[in-house]
Amino acid sequence: MEEGHVLSHSVQQSAAAYAIIHDKFGDAVTAFDANETMPFFEVLNTAVWPEIALFMRDNPKLKFNYMACLSGVDYQSEDKVGIVCNLESLGQLNHKIAVKVKCARTGGSIPSVAGVWHTANWHEREAYDLFGMLFSSHPDMRRILCPDDWEGHPLLKDYKVQESYHGIKVPY
Amino acid sequence: MGLLDAGITKHNVLVTSVDNVLNWARLSSLWPMGFGLACCAIEMMATNASNYDLERFGIFPRSSPRQSDLMIVAGTVTMKMAERVIRLYEQMPEPRYVLSMGSCSNCGGPYWEHGYHVLKGVDRIIPVDVYVPGCPPRPESLIGGLMKVQELIRMEQIGISRADALKKLAEKSIDPQSVIETERKVAHA
Repeated sequence: MEEGHVLSHSVQQSAAAYAIIHDKFGDAVTAFDANETMPFFEVLNTAVWPEIALFMRDNPKLKFNYMACLSGVDYQSEDKVGIVCNLESLGQLNHKIAVKVKCARTGGSIPSVAGVWHTANWHEREAYDLFGMLFSSHPDMRRILCPDDWEGHPLLKDYKVQESYHGIKVPY
Repeated sequence: MGLLDAGITKHNVLVTSVDNVLNWARLSSLWPMGFGLACCAIEMMATNASNYDLERFGIFPRSSPRQSDLMIVAGTVTMKMAERVIRLYEQMPEPRYVLSMGSCSNCGGPYWEHGYHVLKGVDRIIPVDVYVPGCPPRPESLIGGLMKVQELIRMEQIGISRADALKKLAEKSIDPQSVIETERKVAHA
């Protein structure tokens, strides 16, 4: 956080929420990034991510009861893929924060939070479908958009479309 | 020229060829299969509705491929849907016609390069008789395409192949501009 930089009210709220999480989990999370449009922190120890999620949902001072979105990201230069979870406390504390979790680009996996927010169920399947990271202990880890026997994960930056699918030519 | 324009005698006798009667019956009740894939389907529904009223041509959608003789492929055909489209086409009884509506089903449209999941033209999987360009085509364009299908049916005869009928259609095609001008003159008069 820059000295002397005045944070908006909503980012201050997010910072306060982050402080509670940081107190509890310490080095498992990175420092708070006071991004004006999407304040976030990253989970470094991915194994505790479901525990953090549950804490964020149930702690009376956090109450992140709503997962607005879960998106996938390809960090090609870091050789990683990751997810960005936009969490809000809807109708309760009315604050929001984003959480980033990263894993290895090939064969990586992230613990699922589908049991914490049901929204994550299909969103994690979509992230898997398009980026290829697995979500461990997900109740139904299948592709959601592409056909089950599709090759590759289309939103990876080095993705090349397959030549044919069931005998039908795919490229133009 | 419609069949009834031939004129009927006082005794309700009408002399024509079997081909003519069969073709007239088939082109006057084209039943498309009621299915749509994307935004073109909205335009197709608008064409079916009261403003454009396809039923005046005897065209109304059927809920089963087994009762349809025309397939309007209205919208983006994904690779996942492609196999279903083939199955639906195969379930239709012959003679059957396919009208490809809009850029997506003609050639992949805006997804031609980066749309990994889009079939680049429905003619890769089923034979297409009439293509209607547009993104999406206006109801007038779709009606134009449907009338082209009717014209194609009119060209058919017992014993000639679909390919020959399409060839006849291409040879006999009328330049619409002259028709439009004649119609305008009549309208002004």
